[in-house]
Amino acid sequence: MSVLGLSIPELADAVASGHIGAEEAARASLRAIGERAELNAFLHVAEQAALASARAIDRRRAAGEKLGALAGVPIAIKDALCTVDAPTTCASKILTRNGIGWRPPYDATVIERLRAADAVLVGKTNMDEFAMGSSSENSAFGPVRNPHDPSRSPGGSSGGSAVAVAAGMASGALGSDTGGSIRQPAALTGVVGLKPTYGRVSRYGLVAFASSLDQVGPFARDVRGAARLLAVIAGHDARDSTSSTEPVGDYEAACERPIAEMRIGVAEEYFAPGLDPDVEASVRAMLARLEAEGARLVPVTLPHTRYGIATYYVIATAEASANLARYDGVRFGERVEPPGADLDEMYGATRDAGFGREVKRRILLGTYVLSAGYYDAYYKKAQQVRTLIARDFSAAFANVDVIAAPTSPTPAFELGARLEDPLAMYLSDVCTLPASLAGICAISVPVAPTPARADRPALPVGLQLMAPPFAEERLFTVAAACERLA
Amino acid sequence: MAITRTDVLHVARLARLELAPDELPKLEADLRRIVEYVSELAQVDTEGIPPTAHVTVAHAPLRADVPRPGLSHEAALAEAPRCSDGAFAVPTFVDES
Repeated sequence: MSVLGLSIPELADAVASGHIGAEEAARASLRAIGERAELNAFLHVAEQAALASARAIDRRRAAGEKLGALAGVPIAIKDALCTVDAPTTCASKILTRNGIGWRPPYDATVIERLRAADAVLVGKTNMDEFAMGSSSENSAFGPVRNPHDPSRSPGGSSGGSAVAVAAGMASGALGSDTGGSIRQPAALTGVVGLKPTYGRVSRYGLVAFASSLDQVGPFARDVRGAARLLAVIAGHDARDSTSSTEPVGDYEAACERPIAEMRIGVAEEYFAPGLDPDVEASVRAMLARLEAEGARLVPVTLPHTRYGIATYYVIATAEASANLARYDGVRFGERVEPPGADLDEMYGATRDAGFGREVKRRILLGTYVLSAGYYDAYYKKAQQVRTLIARDFSAAFANVDVIAAPTSPTPAFELGARLEDPLAMYLSDVCTLPASLAGICAISVPVAPTPARADRPALPVGLQLMAPPFAEERLFTVAAACERLA
Repeated sequence: MAITRTDVLHVARLARLELAPDELPKLEADLRRIVEYVSELAQVDTEGIPPTAHVTVAHAPLRADVPRPGLSHEAALAEAPRCSDGAFAVPTFVDES
């Protein structure tokens, strides 16, 4: 088996014990990245830095040092996370000047933690510009392709990170999830992806999109790999005052726990019209297996689910319009200065040239819902509905341990299919938005793929599990059971 | 209330976005449909429901009032498109005439 066929814990243990060299693992990853360049998963391949850090890890092991929890494990990083030794562009022209990406003056906290755990960072992955999108097509550097069918999207916005793991280019990856941007691409590419509870992972050094929703989380090929990665990046950070002091769980131990007697909530609101019948069949088949294994399926109701999309697209765009005000051509990134332009004209020209269409759309919408006369009708109203969505979950979790649902209403869709219709793209997120708005944790785990049909090949399907704030251990217990039963 | 061309130009000005004329029709049509869609929120009875600005943060924690190193002057300017005299340089914005 190739080095990258190993799970993250297996590879880290093999490197720590000297059975596999970190450099060997890094070379395997860099080779795979080169061989699958047509998938456009990476915006920057950190070849020299990866090899140098891998060699340093091997030297330290040879000197008898004890290595970290991710010893020599090749990890891909969404280009929304700041890295001092690699450009950070958020797939946007506005963070790219003369073809060169912005160099942040510091590492994100999650990057510091990966380095401290002896992970090897192999590159920065492609994404929807500023994480705005559900297909990884809104990139200034071309769309990401799905390895299961390169004419299809891998989902988004963390599509490059999902593909890096799905196509065996890296053992794991980090993404960010604001409304489903880890879970949905994980589902569409057949890997495990987790959105932690809001506050579980530091946002310091994550380029901000919607600050009350953004969370960094892991991708891995198996549930234990995601557990190992989350354990490394989770925990309080003094530099992010919204990060929680709640103790970090033992996620790998949680993967070994039995599911007998666990109560799994099933909300029919997530099986509404529009759900692909093959996706529904796969998800329901897994629920039946979990029940046969001793879990109890309990019907729950989440009546405000259908308002999740409208609520999210008001709140997220409002926050984005404020966060993206910083791209003004003054301190970093691109500047467009027409001859004779004054400061305001420079701002306007820079932002028009630097932002792509979806980013402009969201800035305009966010500015509109916050503007005088519309604030109460849209922004405040959405914040009130957000309260109702969160209360739906609190009420349901009084009776169940986790809630199960599809991650995405459809399998991977064709590139271009939803690009001209922003509303159709927003509807892609119907299953993932409520958990984001409620700030709870959720994971997507692969279940049986759809059967091949005349109009599409067999495509991956994800089952989504949601749990109360800081109950990530429950997600790992049930997701590991799904993996065993798949 | 459907969104109009005037609304789009107004918010574009607020957002410091100098939209090219050929971008306008499509953006305007997209925004009209999206605003129409999110208007379904009006159906929800939210009488007496407090708004949620933040899910887990009950109060803003304070950190200890002790000095710590920040970004150096050099690092702060390193990525600036244009600087002069150790500062970010921008076009004229004060009318001195």
